[in-house]
Amino acid sequence: MKYFGLIWRNAWRKKIRTSLTILSVFVAFLLFALLSAVGYAFGAGANFANAERLIVINKITLINPLPIAYQNRIAATPGVRSVTHNTWFGGYYQDERNQFAQFPVEPEEYFSVYPELLLPDEQFEAWRKNRTGAIVGQALADQYGWEVGDRIPIQATIWTKADGGRTWEFDIEGIFTSETAAAGATAFMLFQYDYFDEARAFGKGTIGWYVLRVEPDADPVQIADAIDQQFANSASETKTSTEEAFAASFAKQYGDIGLIVRLILGAVFFTLLLVAGNTMSQSVRERISELAVLKTLGFTDLSVLLTVLAEAMLILAIGGILGLGLGWLAVEALNAQYGTQVPLYLTPMAFVTAFAIMVAAGILSGIMPALQAMRLTITDALARG
Amino acid sequence: MKSIRQIVAVTVLNLRNLPQRIAASVVAVIGVGAVVMVFAAVLSMATGFERTMLAAGADDTAVILRSGSTAELNSGLSNEQALIVANAPGVLKDGDRAVVSAELYVIVDLKKKATDSEANVPFRGVQENAFAVRNNIGIVEGRMFEPGKNEIIVGRAAQQEFQGLELDSVIRFGKSEWSVVGVFEAAGGVVESELWTDVRVLQGAYRRGNSFQSVRVRLESAASIETLREALEADPRIDPDVTSEREYYAKQSQALSTFIKVIGYPLTILMSIGAIFGALNTMYSSVSVRGKEIATLRALGFGPLPVMVSTIIESTLLALVGGLIGSVAAFLIFNGFQVSTLNFANFSQVVFDFAVTPDLIRQGLTAALVIGVVGGLFPAIRAARMPVALALREL
Repeated sequence: MKYFGLIWRNAWRKKIRTSLTILSVFVAFLLFALLSAVGYAFGAGANFANAERLIVINKITLINPLPIAYQNRIAATPGVRSVTHNTWFGGYYQDERNQFAQFPVEPEEYFSVYPELLLPDEQFEAWRKNRTGAIVGQALADQYGWEVGDRIPIQATIWTKADGGRTWEFDIEGIFTSETAAAGATAFMLFQYDYFDEARAFGKGTIGWYVLRVEPDADPVQIADAIDQQFANSASETKTSTEEAFAASFAKQYGDIGLIVRLILGAVFFTLLLVAGNTMSQSVRERISELAVLKTLGFTDLSVLLTVLAEAMLILAIGGILGLGLGWLAVEALNAQYGTQVPLYLTPMAFVTAFAIMVAAGILSGIMPALQAMRLTITDALARG
Repeated sequence: MKSIRQIVAVTVLNLRNLPQRIAASVVAVIGVGAVVMVFAAVLSMATGFERTMLAAGADDTAVILRSGSTAELNSGLSNEQALIVANAPGVLKDGDRAVVSAELYVIVDLKKKATDSEANVPFRGVQENAFAVRNNIGIVEGRMFEPGKNEIIVGRAAQQEFQGLELDSVIRFGKSEWSVVGVFEAAGGVVESELWTDVRVLQGAYRRGNSFQSVRVRLESAASIETLREALEADPRIDPDVTSEREYYAKQSQALSTFIKVIGYPLTILMSIGAIFGALNTMYSSVSVRGKEIATLRALGFGPLPVMVSTIIESTLLALVGGLIGSVAAFLIFNGFQVSTLNFANFSQVVFDFAVTPDLIRQGLTAALVIGVVGGLFPAIRAARMPVALALREL
């Protein structure tokens, strides 16, 4: 630490050059933050999946329905703690662009399977008692400015009503939050299945998929097999997987977005290393005689190496932390705006990765000039200077 | 005239010295190259996707869906409603039969060849006029499916992207088995991502009774869509959305291509700013290394303008070289690269190629030019303002 003053003064010997390098680093880490958030959005479902939950879908595909009669048989399977069902409603609010997820569900069952959702008791009671009641996630309420007591029309794209209409009206009885901080965890709406099933024009008595919670000591894989065997050779065969596996396989439907993001970041950081490395070697070349003087004064080879390396790391750290910080603010702001459609979030892992990259890039860009500085012999260097 | 000669002289001198500053120059070139490559790569995804979606759309074909359903997958039409559409005015007749195809659109799980992961592949049941209501489509291998049999024909893109679709192979969906009897192409359009069979067979296999999801009709002319729309909207037995096929696919592609662009352009702007910093750094050091040379020139009577211009030319040339390298790299690596993604509008896969178009390359090179000029400008001003006496004293 006692050399900090020396390192700091060295770093700023050419103010413009150092500022420009810091700015390049800044931009690289800003991009890192934004792209990490995009990568997150594509794996969004997997980000709040739970290993204790299983998803039961029709074996043919997710869009083929299952009979509601399966519910009791699934609930009776040993090791199953609670079961609920879900159906994709696929509606929008006012404009086609305002699409978000809505699911008709059974209130008690749903909350027993998703204990991480938080809703005040009186709001839950009000919802349960109102057939056309609905509850919305905090993220949706924030985006559309909804409050408890509002009546909102949802346009159906799939489920026309028996009377031919396709506008479904709901009373907002509650606004739920989630223990999961993850963006997108509350960007959906729930309403009563009984009302939905009675009012829809077709598909009565079917549901989209089942979600169940297993007993803590039960083996999810074994339960999944037991469920699928029960319905083997029936009219609607099932395919059961853990919520994690289901979400991960769904994310893959988008193609390898993660790979594309990593390729771009690879290009960005490769360029960054070149810029920072070039700056460091220029700056070492310019002060060879100074380094020789330091050595004459008794600085060891190692401390010369470390000061040069520390200078590179300092530049990386200043630019990196500023870039990451602004990126984080930008992600939060974008998420507040578009989070219900594209959940954006910087995971703790992204921060850890960013700091690891800062250290690695600092070392990589500083190591060659630092070694060069260390190997200088005093007489040669002074003669050159 | 004199100043032009001076500019040429200083620039030539400058470029001849470039090899002495090669390390810093290479850094600037690579920086700009990376920007242009990433730009072209990301945006080529959007252009490729749009090209695939729009290639499929014709103006003289109309798609009829149930009102408000936004996509074929969500729609539903009864047999009676399909017949109403077929008999409506504005529909092209071949002899006394209307050129229409009532279709069913479902999805099946197939594995992607690239990742071995499951994907929602569109499976379409069609009537015999399916080829007549579409443009540029035809069987290129094998034969057409026989009506009433569990036979499918597969799009070329689907065959390349998903497992198990080789000609003559048998594939299982749920409990039913299907033989692949033919391969069709449609000028790279989105239907090439689909599997087709006889709509009656698909209705049976998916327990859809006698219902359809969409009706495609060949119009008498592009203008007759209005006649058709008015007639159908006046009919109380049907509540339809009538759109031209082009419009339908344009709407389907909008969300995804907007999403890619919303990410791609800001990404490029940010990276360009980063590259400008890199270029500035390179050019400032170039100017400071050439300090004595510039001062000598000025002492010999060269004006500040030639010094300035030559510095800008140097940085612009470096940036353009970088831009060209980036464009060529993007073209070689990404152009024609086939991927498939989930188009949420229809909840099914679309197979498309990345398309690095001349327009994208032009935009990329423009970005390189801007980086070069801006990156050279400030160092150029410093070079021009350098006090001659002071710079010479450093000798």
